Amino acid sequence: MLIFEHSHAGRRAQAQAPQQAAAADDLPAELLRQEAPGLPETSELDVVRHYTRLSQKNFSIDTQFYPLGSCTMKYNPRVCNSLAMLPQFLSRHPLADADTGQGFLASMHELQEMLKEVTGMAGVSLAPMAGAQGEFAGVAMIRAYHELRGDSERSEIIVPDAAHGTNPATATMCGYTVREIPTDRQGNVDIEALKAVVGPKTAGLMLTNPSTLGVFEKTIVAIQKIVHEAGGLTYYDGANLNAILGRVRPGDMGFDVIHMNLHKTFSTPHGGGGPGAGPVGVSERLKPFLPIPYVVEDKGFYRWAEEADCPQSIGRMSAFGGNMGVLMRAYIYARLLGREGMHRVADYAALNANYLAVELNKAGFELAFPERRASHEFIVTLKKLKDETGVSAMDFAKRLLDYGYHAPTTYFPLLVPECLLIEPTETESKETLDGFVAAMKAVKQEAEADAELVKSAPHTLPAKRLDDVKAARELDLAWKAA
Amino acid sequence: MPFIPHTQEDVAAMLASIGAQSIEDLFDEIPADLKCGGLEGVPAGEPEMAVTRLMHERAAQDGFYLNFIGAGAYEHHIPAAVWQIVTRGEYYSAYTPYQAEASQGTLQLIYEYQTMMTRLTGLDVSNASLYDGASGLAEAVLMAVRAAKNGSRRVLVPGTLHPRYRAVTQAVVKNQNIELVELPFDPASGITLLDALKSYEGQPSAALVIAQPNFFGALEAVDPLTDWAHANGMFAIAVVNPLSLALLKAPGQWGGAGADICVGDGQPLGVPLASGGPYFGFMTCKQALARQMPGRIVGRTVDRDGKSGFVLTLQAREQHIRRAKATSNICSNQGLLVTAATIHMSLLGAEGLKRVALASHANTKVLIEKLCAIPGVTRAFNAPFFHEAVLRVGSESGEVLRALRAQGILGGYALGHDFPGMEDAILVCATETKTGSDLDRYAQQLERILSRRREAPPCAYKS
Repeated sequence: MLIFEHSHAGRRAQAQAPQQAAAADDLPAELLRQEAPGLPETSELDVVRHYTRLSQKNFSIDTQFYPLGSCTMKYNPRVCNSLAMLPQFLSRHPLADADTGQGFLASMHELQEMLKEVTGMAGVSLAPMAGAQGEFAGVAMIRAYHELRGDSERSEIIVPDAAHGTNPATATMCGYTVREIPTDRQGNVDIEALKAVVGPKTAGLMLTNPSTLGVFEKTIVAIQKIVHEAGGLTYYDGANLNAILGRVRPGDMGFDVIHMNLHKTFSTPHGGGGPGAGPVGVSERLKPFLPIPYVVEDKGFYRWAEEADCPQSIGRMSAFGGNMGVLMRAYIYARLLGREGMHRVADYAALNANYLAVELNKAGFELAFPERRASHEFIVTLKKLKDETGVSAMDFAKRLLDYGYHAPTTYFPLLVPECLLIEPTETESKETLDGFVAAMKAVKQEAEADAELVKSAPHTLPAKRLDDVKAARELDLAWKAA
Repeated sequence: MPFIPHTQEDVAAMLASIGAQSIEDLFDEIPADLKCGGLEGVPAGEPEMAVTRLMHERAAQDGFYLNFIGAGAYEHHIPAAVWQIVTRGEYYSAYTPYQAEASQGTLQLIYEYQTMMTRLTGLDVSNASLYDGASGLAEAVLMAVRAAKNGSRRVLVPGTLHPRYRAVTQAVVKNQNIELVELPFDPASGITLLDALKSYEGQPSAALVIAQPNFFGALEAVDPLTDWAHANGMFAIAVVNPLSLALLKAPGQWGGAGADICVGDGQPLGVPLASGGPYFGFMTCKQALARQMPGRIVGRTVDRDGKSGFVLTLQAREQHIRRAKATSNICSNQGLLVTAATIHMSLLGAEGLKRVALASHANTKVLIEKLCAIPGVTRAFNAPFFHEAVLRVGSESGEVLRALRAQGILGGYALGHDFPGMEDAILVCATETKTGSDLDRYAQQLERILSRRREAPPCAYKS
């Protein structure tokens, strides 16, 4: 039932709004609304009950193991939420002067400094509101750098075929043409293919390392050299930064510009799709182009750097500076972990991923890159199972839901057929991983014995398999009363 | 180890299964000369109790102020139920609802949200939200340029638009060679006059942006502006405060045919100020433009038993399918904030939102009246306004605001930085959160400050 179907004319949550409706006779009649918007008319209890019940139809980290590859679904510490929501932080207006927010700004400045340290970059801006916006800022900085040098022939961004879809989409948004390069059998960038496409048109290369295939790009130094010698810049997609935190830094790998997904590596909540935070880091030569605002410190006083401070900046990413509450949660998380905790993120993410990969392999699952060390995630391919039983990776994923596990990422990366991209994260225990292996085995056995049972899954969730095709063909995007 | 459950026995058993001697071995594919040191620049970890104390101290340092700044982010009462439900782990710690059957809670909520936004804005289709209002406008401009039949890459933007919205839009669209042309506003009324548009007739543009209320709080003549845009072959993009729509005409009803795309910041619908975010941008449009929309969209469908259910739909527009040909690179929506807004709108309903809008407007009117009774204080513009207006205080506004701040009052937003010639102007907003004595306190302090400045003008050498 929709909230609209709980609605009764004249019912209201009386405690919530001013008791008297004041008049607005100073407003011209032609600018006023004639008919009230059709919002629900419900009591407070109606609303609380409805949305509490709806929440119970979700899988979440707090209720289920959620090994969604590439998304880093690890525990979001509760204290990060409660401290970020202290009333003084929540009530501060974004345009209030810096001297009313020194506690807040000091925290943001320390976060910037910590991110510089863990990435090895020369400068950091917290402005981008999500990973994709961080990518946008990063590629826009590459563009600004070339333009300022009068190097205007550079019109291409090189992207490996394993890359997240945001990489090519971002390059397009920044006015670039995308050149895609293949991956070799070991999961590395095909160096010969890279050499063949770089040249005077190359503005830059976007790379994720470890890649979306869950392996470390071993030839990273050679890749850097090829792109830099052609006059291009290198972009590090920080989606998998958690895999190398405290082990190797993008700055030391030679990257010119990076973004970080704080909702992954720094464990801020995913919130059913957002908000994220995608700070960017740059090497010395790109510092003048950082997006604004970022925090500067002057004799112990903190303030936002704005247009006048950085005339070459690529500009603003949001009206009010970024997703501050998310950044606050990341800062609190970083203070709890400290430097030794940062190392542990990568250590135990790698331990869990490698253990799970080995155990699944022992249980008869085929790894996409069996000769490689897993990073923080790895890929299982179900192509053989599909050929033999007709059960696809999607069917398999749906059946896992019945066992109380969120499914791994399916059909990404695109180059591995019938793939499951599995990322356990460091916050899961051995028992949880063992339980997941048992469920994977059980589903595999079901697929072999009774394929239809798996193909028609899920069977125990609030909805059975939903019809995506109908949804796209017969668009129903907003409710209309019958 | 905070948040890591492994016992020593676990680690030993897991390494044995892997066939590795130590965790160090798991990183043996990383070239040794790339490995980094100890991250000395990061402080040592602290237990929860110590971090709690630190953050409470920082919060106390920042304190509370009596706030009269609006300028695109508004202090409204948020019912306690909103964030108590939003921070339930099932919403807070869920991912984007890719596995629809395991995400019906989030998906249904977004469908309800989309329905509410279409009703509030009077348009057909809503997406699941964008980052914020300003980046939402940038996406609307890109969308209009993609859909424009005249092929124009030029968009007309009023001078009365929020300057930060213009800055963000410029930062995004300049990379695609899209030109934003700024329209002058009438200095007497503070709104965009049709006369100012005359010189753009007969020259193709993709869209006209119309802000209602505009940055000054003034109400634009949206009907003729929308009609003008359509008569000249361009889309009308509405930029609105969603709370104002409980009271003001919905963009879908502007002019003869209605605005084509509507965007704005959803912050007034249950989202705390929080130094600037996270907020959320909303976007609605006419049916014909649905497939040009950026961002997530939820649709209703049926499951294999024919029972109603919800999925992400029209994904063929998006980056994970279309890659370089996607409508945008965006892949998140501001899910938690949408959750807050949906619960907020359900609790208040149309009548509740209207009362909040009216009470905010009434408070601002009383405040303006009180402040304009102070010698030297006048309204800058004479157009009707909604819950926010510009005052000239006859003295450099930054200094006046600093003096107010010393009394615990944030008196408004100084306009001199963005609008040359308005160095003595302050944009002032009083929402429903202010009491009569709050308004009196502001008026008394401003009167005291201005009279002191008249009696003893600041030393010329100091300024």
